[in-house]
Amino acid sequence: MQANEAIHRCGLCRIEMRGVSVRMEQDTLIQDVNLHAHCGQLTVLIGPNGGGKTTLLRAVLGQVPYEGKILHLDEQDKPFAQVRVGYVPQQLPFDKQMPLTVRDLLAAALTRRPVWTGVGRKARQAAENALILAQAQGLINKRLGALSGGELQRVLLALALSPAPDLLILDEPVSGVDHNGQALFLDTVNALRRQQHMAILMVSHDWTLVREYADQVALIDKTTRIVGTAEEVFDSPAFAASFPHTHGPGRSA
Amino acid sequence: MMDGLYALMDQLLPTSIFGMQFMKNALLALLLLTPLLALLGTMAVNRRMAFFSDALGHSALAGAGAGLLLGISNQTAVLIVFGVLWALLISRINRTGGASADTNISVFSSTGIALGLVLLSQGGSFARASSLLVGDVLAIGPNDLLWLAIALVGGVIAWALLYNPLLLSAVNPHLADSRGIKTRLVEDLFVCLVAVAVMLAIRWVGVLLINALLILPAAAARNLARSAPQHALFSVIISLLSGVIGLIAAYTLGSSVGAAVVLCAALFYALSLLVRRMLRIVN
Repeated sequence: MQANEAIHRCGLCRIEMRGVSVRMEQDTLIQDVNLHAHCGQLTVLIGPNGGGKTTLLRAVLGQVPYEGKILHLDEQDKPFAQVRVGYVPQQLPFDKQMPLTVRDLLAAALTRRPVWTGVGRKARQAAENALILAQAQGLINKRLGALSGGELQRVLLALALSPAPDLLILDEPVSGVDHNGQALFLDTVNALRRQQHMAILMVSHDWTLVREYADQVALIDKTTRIVGTAEEVFDSPAFAASFPHTHGPGRSA
Repeated sequence: MMDGLYALMDQLLPTSIFGMQFMKNALLALLLLTPLLALLGTMAVNRRMAFFSDALGHSALAGAGAGLLLGISNQTAVLIVFGVLWALLISRINRTGGASADTNISVFSSTGIALGLVLLSQGGSFARASSLLVGDVLAIGPNDLLWLAIALVGGVIAWALLYNPLLLSAVNPHLADSRGIKTRLVEDLFVCLVAVAVMLAIRWVGVLLINALLILPAAAARNLARSAPQHALFSVIISLLSGVIGLIAAYTLGSSVGAAVVLCAALFYALSLLVRRMLRIVN
Protein backbone atom coordinates (compact mmCIF):
# COMPACT_ATOMS: atom_id res chain seq x y z
CA MET A 1 0.00 0.00 0.00
CA GLN A 2 1.33 3.35 -0.99
CA ALA A 3 -0.38 5.12 1.90
CA ASN A 4 1.29 2.87 4.47
CA GLU A 5 4.64 3.43 2.89
CA ALA A 6 4.11 7.13 3.18
CA ILE A 7 3.19 6.92 6.85
CA HIS A 8 6.41 5.10 7.62
CA ARG A 9 8.60 7.53 5.84
CA CYS A 10 7.45 10.87 7.12
CA GLY A 11 8.00 12.42 10.53
CA LEU A 12 4.73 14.21 10.66
CA CYS A 13 1.84 11.85 10.18
CA ARG A 14 -1.26 13.98 10.19
CA ILE A 15 -2.83 17.27 11.09
CA GLU A 16 -5.91 16.74 13.20
CA MET A 17 -8.47 19.49 13.58
CA ARG A 18 -10.87 18.82 16.40
CA GLY A 19 -13.86 21.04 16.96
CA VAL A 20 -12.17 24.11 15.51
CA SER A 21 -14.18 27.33 15.71
CA VAL A 22 -13.19 30.87 14.79
CA ARG A 23 -15.12 33.91 15.91
CA MET A 24 -14.56 37.51 14.90
CA GLU A 25 -16.39 39.84 17.25
CA GLN A 26 -20.04 38.70 16.96
CA ASP A 27 -19.65 36.57 13.83
CA THR A 28 -18.92 32.88 13.88
CA LEU A 29 -16.79 32.29 10.79
CA ILE A 30 -16.40 28.54 11.26
CA GLN A 31 -17.80 26.26 13.90
CA ASP A 32 -16.78 22.80 15.04
CA VAL A 33 -14.63 21.84 12.07
CA ASN A 34 -13.26 18.30 12.27
CA LEU A 35 -10.75 17.15 9.69
CA HIS A 36 -7.65 14.98 9.37
CA ALA A 37 -5.04 15.74 6.76
CA HIS A 38 -2.53 12.93 6.27
CA CYS A 39 0.96 13.23 4.98
CA GLY A 40 1.43 12.07 1.43
CA GLN A 41 -2.13 13.11 0.73
CA LEU A 42 -3.68 16.06 -1.00
CA THR A 43 -6.70 17.22 0.95
CA VAL A 44 -8.82 19.74 -0.93
CA LEU A 45 -11.11 22.15 0.86
CA ILE A 46 -14.13 23.18 -1.16
CA GLY A 47 -17.11 25.29 -0.20
CA PRO A 48 -19.03 28.41 -1.13
CA ASN A 49 -17.41 31.85 -0.87
CA GLY A 50 -17.55 33.09 2.67
CA GLY A 51 -17.91 29.51 3.87
CA GLY A 52 -14.75 29.73 5.95
CA LYS A 53 -12.09 27.85 3.93
CA THR A 54 -9.50 30.60 4.12
CA THR A 55 -10.36 31.19 7.78
CA LEU A 56 -9.65 27.53 8.51
CA LEU A 57 -6.29 27.77 6.74
CA ARG A 58 -5.42 30.85 8.74
CA ALA A 59 -6.28 29.01 11.95
CA VAL A 60 -3.97 26.16 10.93
CA LEU A 61 -1.29 28.76 10.17
CA GLY A 62 -1.84 30.26 13.62
CA GLN A 63 -2.76 33.63 12.16
CA VAL A 64 -6.18 33.86 13.79
CA PRO A 65 -7.21 32.83 17.32
CA TYR A 66 -9.42 29.74 17.41
CA GLU A 67 -11.19 27.42 19.82
CA GLY A 68 -10.81 23.67 19.67
CA LYS A 69 -7.62 21.80 18.84
CA ILE A 70 -5.30 21.66 15.88
CA LEU A 71 -2.85 18.85 16.52
CA HIS A 72 0.22 17.90 14.58
CA LEU A 73 0.80 14.22 15.30
CA ASP A 74 3.50 11.74 14.36
CA GLU A 75 2.88 8.09 13.56
CA GLN A 76 2.57 7.13 17.23
CA ASP A 77 -0.06 9.80 17.78
CA LYS A 78 2.43 11.86 19.72
CA PRO A 79 2.54 15.59 19.23
CA PHE A 80 5.02 16.51 16.55
CA ALA A 81 6.85 19.52 17.84
CA GLN A 82 8.55 21.24 14.98
CA VAL A 83 6.06 21.48 12.20
CA ARG A 84 7.30 23.39 9.23
CA VAL A 85 4.47 24.91 7.31
CA GLY A 86 4.81 26.09 3.74
CA TYR A 87 2.17 28.51 2.54
CA VAL A 88 1.24 29.67 -0.93
CA PRO A 89 -1.19 32.57 -0.59
CA GLN A 90 -4.01 33.38 -2.96
CA GLN A 91 -2.80 35.67 -5.65
CA LEU A 92 -2.74 38.94 -3.81
CA PRO A 93 -2.16 42.29 -5.38
CA PHE A 94 1.37 43.49 -4.74
CA ASP A 95 3.30 46.42 -6.11
CA LYS A 96 4.20 45.24 -9.62
CA GLN A 97 6.55 48.17 -10.16
CA MET A 98 8.74 47.30 -7.19
CA PRO A 99 12.39 46.84 -8.17
CA LEU A 100 12.65 43.29 -6.94
CA THR A 101 13.76 40.18 -8.77
CA VAL A 102 12.82 36.59 -8.03
CA ARG A 103 16.40 36.13 -6.86
CA ASP A 104 16.06 39.01 -4.37
CA LEU A 105 12.83 37.65 -2.92
CA LEU A 106 14.21 34.15 -2.40
CA ALA A 107 17.52 35.40 -1.03
CA ALA A 108 15.67 37.61 1.46
CA ALA A 109 13.64 34.63 2.62
CA LEU A 110 16.38 32.00 2.69
CA THR A 111 19.55 33.79 3.76
CA ARG A 112 20.59 36.33 6.37
CA ARG A 113 22.69 38.69 4.33
CA PRO A 114 20.64 41.83 3.73
CA VAL A 115 19.62 41.81 0.10
CA TRP A 116 20.32 45.52 -0.39
CA THR A 117 24.04 44.78 0.00
CA GLY A 118 23.81 42.43 -2.97
CA VAL A 119 23.16 38.73 -3.49
CA GLY A 120 26.21 36.54 -3.12
CA ARG A 121 26.95 33.21 -4.74
CA LYS A 122 25.63 31.22 -1.78
CA ALA A 123 22.34 33.05 -1.67
CA ARG A 124 21.96 32.72 -5.42
CA GLN A 125 22.58 28.98 -5.14
CA ALA A 126 19.95 28.70 -2.40
CA ALA A 127 17.49 30.56 -4.61
CA GLU A 128 18.28 28.32 -7.58
CA ASN A 129 17.82 25.16 -5.52
CA ALA A 130 14.46 26.38 -4.29
CA LEU A 131 13.29 27.21 -7.80
CA ILE A 132 14.26 23.78 -9.11
CA LEU A 133 11.80 22.21 -6.65
CA ALA A 134 8.96 24.13 -8.21
CA GLN A 135 10.26 23.75 -11.79
CA ALA A 136 10.85 27.46 -12.00
CA GLN A 137 14.61 27.58 -12.63
CA GLY A 138 14.35 29.91 -15.59
CA LEU A 139 12.68 32.65 -13.59
CA ILE A 140 15.55 33.58 -11.26
CA ASN A 141 16.53 36.83 -12.96
CA LYS A 142 13.02 38.01 -13.74
CA ARG A 143 11.43 40.88 -11.96
CA LEU A 144 8.67 39.73 -9.63
CA GLY A 145 6.20 42.19 -11.13
CA ALA A 146 6.90 40.90 -14.63
CA LEU A 147 5.91 37.29 -13.91
CA SER A 148 2.72 35.79 -15.30
CA GLY A 149 0.16 34.51 -12.81
CA GLY A 150 1.34 30.92 -13.18
CA GLU A 151 5.00 31.87 -12.90
CA LEU A 152 4.38 33.87 -9.74
CA GLN A 153 2.58 30.96 -8.14
CA ARG A 154 5.50 28.66 -8.95
CA VAL A 155 7.92 31.13 -7.36
CA LEU A 156 5.70 31.28 -4.27
CA LEU A 157 5.62 27.48 -4.27
CA ALA A 158 9.42 27.40 -4.43
CA LEU A 159 9.46 29.67 -1.42
CA ALA A 160 6.93 27.54 0.46
CA LEU A 161 9.02 24.42 -0.21
CA SER A 162 12.22 25.88 1.21
CA PRO A 163 13.02 24.69 3.78
CA ALA A 164 11.06 21.48 3.14
CA PRO A 165 7.72 21.73 4.96
CA ASP A 166 5.78 18.97 6.74
CA LEU A 167 2.56 20.64 5.78
CA LEU A 168 1.96 22.59 2.60
CA ILE A 169 -0.97 24.99 2.52
CA LEU A 170 -2.23 26.25 -0.84
CA ASP A 171 -5.00 28.83 -0.86
CA GLU A 172 -6.60 28.75 -4.31
CA PRO A 173 -3.15 28.60 -5.81
CA VAL A 174 -4.24 28.48 -9.42
CA SER A 175 -7.24 30.78 -9.60
CA GLY A 176 -6.62 33.32 -12.32
CA VAL A 177 -3.83 31.23 -13.83
CA ASP A 178 -4.08 30.02 -17.42
CA HIS A 179 -4.71 26.35 -18.15
CA ASN A 180 -1.10 25.37 -18.87
CA GLY A 181 0.06 27.14 -15.75
CA GLN A 182 -2.54 25.30 -13.68
CA ALA A 183 -1.54 21.90 -15.00
CA LEU A 184 2.16 22.58 -14.48
CA PHE A 185 1.57 23.82 -10.94
CA LEU A 186 -0.60 20.92 -9.89
CA ASP A 187 1.62 18.29 -11.53
CA THR A 188 4.51 19.72 -9.55
CA VAL A 189 2.54 19.62 -6.31
CA ASN A 190 1.35 16.13 -7.09
CA ALA A 191 4.88 14.87 -7.65
CA LEU A 192 6.05 16.48 -4.42
CA ARG A 193 3.28 14.85 -2.47
CA ARG A 194 4.54 11.46 -3.63
CA GLN A 195 8.26 12.12 -3.30
CA GLN A 196 8.37 14.10 -0.07
CA HIS A 197 5.29 12.77 1.67
CA MET A 198 4.15 16.10 2.89
CA ALA A 199 0.59 16.72 3.92
CA ILE A 200 -1.06 19.16 1.56
CA LEU A 201 -4.11 21.29 2.26
CA MET A 202 -5.47 23.10 -0.75
CA VAL A 203 -8.47 25.32 -1.34
CA SER A 204 -9.93 25.01 -4.82
CA HIS A 205 -13.03 25.90 -6.78
CA ASP A 206 -12.14 23.95 -9.88
CA TRP A 207 -14.09 20.69 -9.78
CA THR A 208 -12.17 19.13 -12.66
CA LEU A 209 -8.90 19.68 -10.89
CA VAL A 210 -10.36 18.47 -7.59
CA ARG A 211 -11.49 15.24 -9.27
CA GLU A 212 -8.11 14.73 -10.88
CA TYR A 213 -5.77 15.45 -7.99
CA ALA A 214 -7.53 15.21 -4.60
CA ASP A 215 -7.04 12.21 -2.32
CA GLN A 216 -9.58 13.60 0.05
CA VAL A 217 -12.17 16.34 -0.30
CA ALA A 218 -13.73 18.27 2.56
CA LEU A 219 -16.76 20.46 2.06
CA ILE A 220 -16.47 23.44 4.43
CA ASP A 221 -19.58 25.57 4.76
CA LYS A 222 -19.35 27.12 8.24
CA THR A 223 -18.47 23.62 9.44
CA THR A 224 -17.32 20.33 7.91
CA ARG A 225 -20.38 19.21 5.93
CA ILE A 226 -18.84 16.09 4.45
CA VAL A 227 -15.38 14.54 4.04
CA GLY A 228 -14.63 11.83 1.52
CA THR A 229 -13.40 11.12 -1.98
CA ALA A 230 -14.25 13.58 -4.71
CA GLU A 231 -17.08 11.33 -5.95
CA GLU A 232 -18.55 10.86 -2.51
CA VAL A 233 -18.58 14.57 -1.84
CA PHE A 234 -19.88 15.67 -5.24
CA ASP A 235 -22.73 13.16 -5.13
CA SER A 236 -23.77 14.06 -1.59
CA PRO A 237 -26.91 15.99 -0.60
CA ALA A 238 -24.64 18.30 1.44
CA PHE A 239 -22.83 19.34 -1.77
CA ALA A 240 -26.13 20.04 -3.51
CA ALA A 241 -27.23 22.13 -0.53
CA SER A 242 -24.03 24.21 -0.48
CA PHE A 243 -23.89 24.66 -4.24
CA PRO A 244 -27.56 24.83 -5.30
CA HIS A 245 -26.79 26.10 -8.80
CA THR A 246 -24.23 23.48 -9.72
CA HIS A 247 -25.58 20.51 -11.60
CA GLY A 248 -23.20 17.59 -11.87
CA PRO A 249 -19.83 19.01 -10.83
CA GLY A 250 -17.86 16.91 -13.28
CA ARG A 251 -19.38 18.78 -16.21
CA SER A 252 -19.69 22.23 -14.74
CA ALA A 253 -16.04 23.14 -14.48
CA MET B 1 41.15 64.28 14.63
CA MET B 2 39.08 66.90 12.83
CA ASP B 3 42.19 68.88 11.91
CA GLY B 4 43.66 65.90 10.14
CA LEU B 5 40.39 65.34 8.33
CA TYR B 6 40.20 68.99 7.28
CA ALA B 7 43.77 68.87 5.96
CA LEU B 8 42.97 65.73 4.01
CA MET B 9 39.90 67.38 2.52
CA ASP B 10 41.98 70.41 1.49
CA GLN B 11 44.29 68.09 -0.42
CA LEU B 12 41.60 65.96 -2.02
CA LEU B 13 38.97 68.51 -2.95
CA PRO B 14 39.68 70.18 -6.27
CA THR B 15 37.88 73.41 -5.48
CA SER B 16 38.40 76.31 -3.09
CA ILE B 17 34.69 76.35 -2.31
CA PHE B 18 35.37 74.07 0.62
CA GLY B 19 38.17 76.22 1.99
CA MET B 20 36.11 77.50 4.89
CA GLN B 21 35.66 75.18 7.80
CA PHE B 22 31.86 75.52 7.88
CA MET B 23 31.75 74.35 4.26
CA LYS B 24 33.84 71.32 5.13
CA ASN B 25 31.53 70.57 8.03
CA ALA B 26 28.47 70.97 5.86
CA LEU B 27 29.92 68.66 3.23
CA LEU B 28 30.72 66.02 5.83
CA ALA B 29 27.24 66.39 7.32
CA LEU B 30 25.58 65.84 3.96
CA LEU B 31 27.80 62.85 3.20
CA LEU B 32 26.77 61.32 6.53
CA LEU B 33 23.09 62.26 6.45
CA THR B 34 21.95 61.52 2.96
CA PRO B 35 22.97 57.85 2.49
CA LEU B 36 21.03 56.55 5.52
CA LEU B 37 17.93 58.48 4.51
CA ALA B 38 18.36 57.23 0.94
CA LEU B 39 18.56 53.60 2.11
CA LEU B 40 15.53 53.87 4.38
CA GLY B 41 13.74 55.73 1.61
CA THR B 42 13.80 52.72 -0.72
CA MET B 43 11.50 50.88 1.65
CA ALA B 44 9.41 53.95 2.45
CA VAL B 45 8.75 54.31 -1.28
CA ASN B 46 8.05 50.62 -1.82
CA ARG B 47 5.66 50.57 1.12
CA ARG B 48 3.95 53.77 -0.05
CA MET B 49 4.85 55.59 3.13
CA ALA B 50 5.85 58.94 1.63
CA PHE B 51 2.91 60.68 3.23
CA PHE B 52 3.58 58.94 6.52
CA SER B 53 7.17 60.15 6.71
CA ASP B 54 6.00 63.63 5.77
CA ALA B 55 3.67 63.66 8.79
CA LEU B 56 6.50 62.30 10.89
CA GLY B 57 8.74 65.20 9.88
CA HIS B 58 6.02 67.69 10.75
CA SER B 59 5.80 66.23 14.22
CA ALA B 60 9.28 67.62 14.91
CA LEU B 61 7.60 70.97 15.56
CA ALA B 62 5.43 69.41 18.23
CA GLY B 63 8.45 67.56 19.61
CA ALA B 64 10.46 70.77 19.88
CA GLY B 65 7.44 72.45 21.49
CA ALA B 66 7.14 69.65 24.03
CA GLY B 67 10.84 69.99 24.84
CA LEU B 68 10.41 73.71 25.42
CA LEU B 69 7.39 73.08 27.65
CA LEU B 70 9.24 70.50 29.73
CA GLY B 71 12.36 72.61 29.85
CA ILE B 72 14.61 69.96 28.33
CA SER B 73 17.71 71.45 26.79
CA ASN B 74 18.83 68.52 24.63
CA GLN B 75 16.60 69.20 21.66
CA THR B 76 17.72 66.26 19.51
CA ALA B 77 16.94 63.75 22.26
CA VAL B 78 13.46 65.20 22.72
CA LEU B 79 12.84 65.17 18.98
CA ILE B 80 13.87 61.52 18.69
CA VAL B 81 11.76 60.33 21.61
CA PHE B 82 8.77 62.33 20.45
CA GLY B 83 9.21 61.22 16.83
CA VAL B 84 9.37 57.54 17.75
CA LEU B 85 6.23 57.79 19.89
CA TRP B 86 4.43 59.76 17.18
CA ALA B 87 5.39 57.22 14.49
CA LEU B 88 4.23 54.27 16.60
CA LEU B 89 0.98 56.07 17.36
CA ILE B 90 0.24 56.69 13.67
CA SER B 91 0.99 53.04 12.84
CA ARG B 92 -1.20 51.86 15.69
CA ILE B 93 -4.15 53.96 14.63
CA ASN B 94 -3.72 52.95 10.99
CA ARG B 95 -3.95 49.30 12.01
CA THR B 96 -7.06 49.65 14.12
CA GLY B 97 -8.92 50.95 11.10
CA GLY B 98 -11.51 53.68 11.35
CA ALA B 99 -10.70 56.24 8.71
CA SER B 100 -8.45 55.42 5.74
CA ALA B 101 -4.70 55.63 6.22
CA ASP B 102 -4.28 58.88 4.28
CA THR B 103 -6.96 60.57 6.39
CA ASN B 104 -5.36 59.39 9.63
CA ILE B 105 -1.96 60.56 8.53
CA SER B 106 -3.30 63.94 7.46
CA VAL B 107 -4.89 64.38 10.88
CA PHE B 108 -1.58 63.58 12.58
CA SER B 109 0.33 65.80 10.20
CA SER B 110 -1.74 68.92 10.86
CA THR B 111 -2.02 68.17 14.57
CA GLY B 112 1.76 67.97 14.80
CA ILE B 113 2.21 71.31 13.05
CA ALA B 114 -0.51 73.08 15.03
CA LEU B 115 0.67 71.74 18.37
CA GLY B 116 4.22 72.72 17.57
CA LEU B 117 3.31 76.24 16.45
CA VAL B 118 1.18 76.84 19.53
CA LEU B 119 3.96 75.75 21.87
CA LEU B 120 6.85 77.37 20.01
CA SER B 121 5.16 80.71 19.38
CA GLN B 122 4.56 81.36 23.07
CA GLY B 123 5.68 84.87 23.74
CA GLY B 124 4.61 85.98 20.29
CA SER B 125 7.72 85.06 18.27
CA PHE B 126 7.97 82.58 15.42
CA ALA B 127 11.77 82.56 15.46
CA ARG B 128 12.06 79.16 17.16
CA ALA B 129 9.57 77.60 14.77
CA SER B 130 11.05 79.09 11.64
CA SER B 131 14.61 77.96 12.41
CA LEU B 132 13.29 74.41 12.73
CA LEU B 133 11.19 74.74 9.59
CA VAL B 134 14.13 75.59 7.37
CA GLY B 135 17.17 74.15 9.14
CA ASP B 136 20.76 75.18 8.53
CA VAL B 137 23.45 72.68 7.71
CA LEU B 138 26.09 75.43 7.63
CA ALA B 139 25.71 75.76 11.41
CA ILE B 140 26.81 72.19 12.11
CA GLY B 141 29.84 71.63 14.34
CA PRO B 142 32.37 68.82 14.85
CA ASN B 143 30.46 67.44 17.82
CA ASP B 144 27.26 67.14 15.81
CA LEU B 145 29.20 65.47 13.02
CA LEU B 146 30.40 62.81 15.42
CA TRP B 147 26.81 62.08 16.38
CA LEU B 148 25.81 61.87 12.73
CA ALA B 149 28.64 59.42 12.09
CA ILE B 150 27.53 57.25 14.99
CA ALA B 151 23.95 57.43 13.75
CA LEU B 152 25.01 56.43 10.25
CA VAL B 153 26.88 53.36 11.48
CA GLY B 154 24.12 52.39 13.90
CA GLY B 155 21.43 53.01 11.33
CA VAL B 156 23.13 50.94 8.65
CA ILE B 157 23.58 48.04 11.09
CA ALA B 158 19.92 48.20 12.12
CA TRP B 159 18.97 48.38 8.45
CA ALA B 160 21.04 45.30 7.70
CA LEU B 161 19.23 43.32 10.38
CA LEU B 162 15.78 44.55 9.53
CA TYR B 163 15.82 44.57 5.75
CA ASN B 164 15.13 40.98 4.69
CA PRO B 165 12.08 40.37 6.90
CA LEU B 166 10.79 43.81 6.04
CA LEU B 167 11.13 43.11 2.33
CA LEU B 168 9.09 39.92 2.61
CA SER B 169 6.35 41.65 4.54
CA ALA B 170 6.32 44.44 1.97
CA VAL B 171 5.61 41.89 -0.76
CA ASN B 172 2.93 40.11 1.27
CA PRO B 173 2.39 40.25 5.05
CA HIS B 174 0.63 36.87 5.18
CA LEU B 175 3.52 35.28 3.36
CA ALA B 176 5.94 36.82 5.85
CA ASP B 177 3.79 35.64 8.77
CA SER B 178 3.81 32.09 7.48
CA ARG B 179 7.62 32.12 7.51
CA GLY B 180 7.70 33.02 11.17
CA ILE B 181 8.40 36.72 10.68
CA LYS B 182 6.90 38.95 13.33
CA THR B 183 5.49 41.33 10.75
CA ARG B 184 4.17 43.93 13.18
CA LEU B 185 7.35 44.07 15.19
CA VAL B 186 9.46 44.43 12.05
CA GLU B 187 7.21 47.20 10.73
CA ASP B 188 7.24 49.02 14.06
CA LEU B 189 11.03 48.84 14.23
CA PHE B 190 11.18 50.25 10.73
CA VAL B 191 9.06 53.31 11.54
CA CYS B 192 11.16 53.84 14.68
CA LEU B 193 14.33 53.72 12.62
CA VAL B 194 12.88 56.21 10.13
CA ALA B 195 11.84 58.44 13.01
CA VAL B 196 15.35 58.43 14.49
CA ALA B 197 17.00 59.15 11.14
CA VAL B 198 14.56 61.93 10.30
CA MET B 199 14.86 63.59 13.71
CA LEU B 200 18.66 63.49 13.62
CA ALA B 201 18.66 65.19 10.26
CA ILE B 202 15.89 67.68 10.81
CA ARG B 203 17.91 70.37 12.58
CA TRP B 204 20.15 70.61 9.55
CA VAL B 205 17.66 70.13 6.75
CA GLY B 206 14.45 71.50 8.23
CA VAL B 207 10.90 70.24 8.68
CA LEU B 208 9.81 71.49 5.28
CA LEU B 209 12.36 69.57 3.25
CA ILE B 210 13.40 66.55 5.30
CA ASN B 211 10.90 64.23 3.63
CA ALA B 212 12.33 65.06 0.23
CA LEU B 213 15.71 63.63 1.25
CA LEU B 214 14.02 60.42 2.30
CA ILE B 215 11.73 60.04 -0.70
CA LEU B 216 13.25 61.74 -3.76
CA PRO B 217 16.51 59.76 -4.16
CA ALA B 218 14.70 56.49 -3.55
CA ALA B 219 11.90 57.43 -5.93
CA ALA B 220 14.38 58.41 -8.66
CA ALA B 221 16.37 55.21 -8.10
CA ARG B 222 13.22 53.15 -8.32
CA ASN B 223 12.65 54.43 -11.84
CA LEU B 224 16.04 53.08 -12.88
CA ALA B 225 16.48 49.91 -10.85
CA ARG B 226 15.15 46.46 -11.55
CA SER B 227 16.50 44.68 -8.48
CA ALA B 228 16.62 45.47 -4.77
CA PRO B 229 20.43 45.90 -4.57
CA GLN B 230 20.31 48.27 -7.56
CA HIS B 231 17.55 50.26 -5.90
CA ALA B 232 19.66 50.77 -2.77
CA LEU B 233 22.85 51.55 -4.71
CA PHE B 234 21.25 54.05 -7.11
CA SER B 235 19.40 55.72 -4.25
CA VAL B 236 22.60 56.24 -2.25
CA ILE B 237 24.51 57.51 -5.29
CA ILE B 238 21.75 59.96 -6.21
CA SER B 239 21.53 61.21 -2.62
CA LEU B 240 25.29 61.75 -2.36
CA LEU B 241 25.44 63.54 -5.71
CA SER B 242 22.48 65.71 -4.75
CA GLY B 243 24.18 66.57 -1.46
CA VAL B 244 27.48 67.61 -3.01
CA ILE B 245 26.07 69.38 -6.06
CA GLY B 246 23.40 71.08 -3.93
CA LEU B 247 25.98 72.37 -1.48
CA ILE B 248 28.17 73.79 -4.24
CA ALA B 249 25.16 75.35 -5.95
CA ALA B 250 23.96 76.91 -2.70
CA TYR B 251 27.41 78.39 -2.06
CA THR B 252 27.62 79.77 -5.56
CA LEU B 253 24.12 81.25 -5.50
CA GLY B 254 24.24 82.22 -1.85
CA SER B 255 21.00 80.40 -1.08
CA SER B 256 19.70 77.76 1.35
CA VAL B 257 21.71 74.53 1.26
CA GLY B 258 18.82 72.23 2.15
CA ALA B 259 16.66 73.68 -0.59
CA ALA B 260 19.42 73.42 -3.19
CA VAL B 261 20.06 69.78 -2.28
CA VAL B 262 16.38 68.94 -2.61
CA LEU B 263 16.10 70.77 -5.93
CA CYS B 264 19.04 68.77 -7.14
CA ALA B 265 17.37 65.52 -6.08
CA ALA B 266 14.18 66.65 -7.83
CA LEU B 267 16.22 67.18 -10.97
CA PHE B 268 17.54 63.63 -10.68
CA TYR B 269 13.98 62.43 -10.33
CA ALA B 270 12.99 64.20 -13.54
CA LEU B 271 16.03 62.74 -15.28
CA SER B 272 15.18 59.25 -14.03
CA LEU B 273 11.72 59.52 -15.57
CA LEU B 274 13.28 60.49 -18.89
CA VAL B 275 15.85 57.71 -18.78
CA ARG B 276 13.19 55.18 -17.84
CA ARG B 277 11.18 56.26 -20.84
CA MET B 278 14.09 56.15 -23.21
CA LEU B 279 15.39 52.80 -22.09
CA ARG B 280 11.92 51.39 -21.48
CA ILE B 281 13.08 49.95 -18.17
CA VAL B 282 10.13 47.86 -17.25
CA ASN B 283 11.33 44.31 -16.87
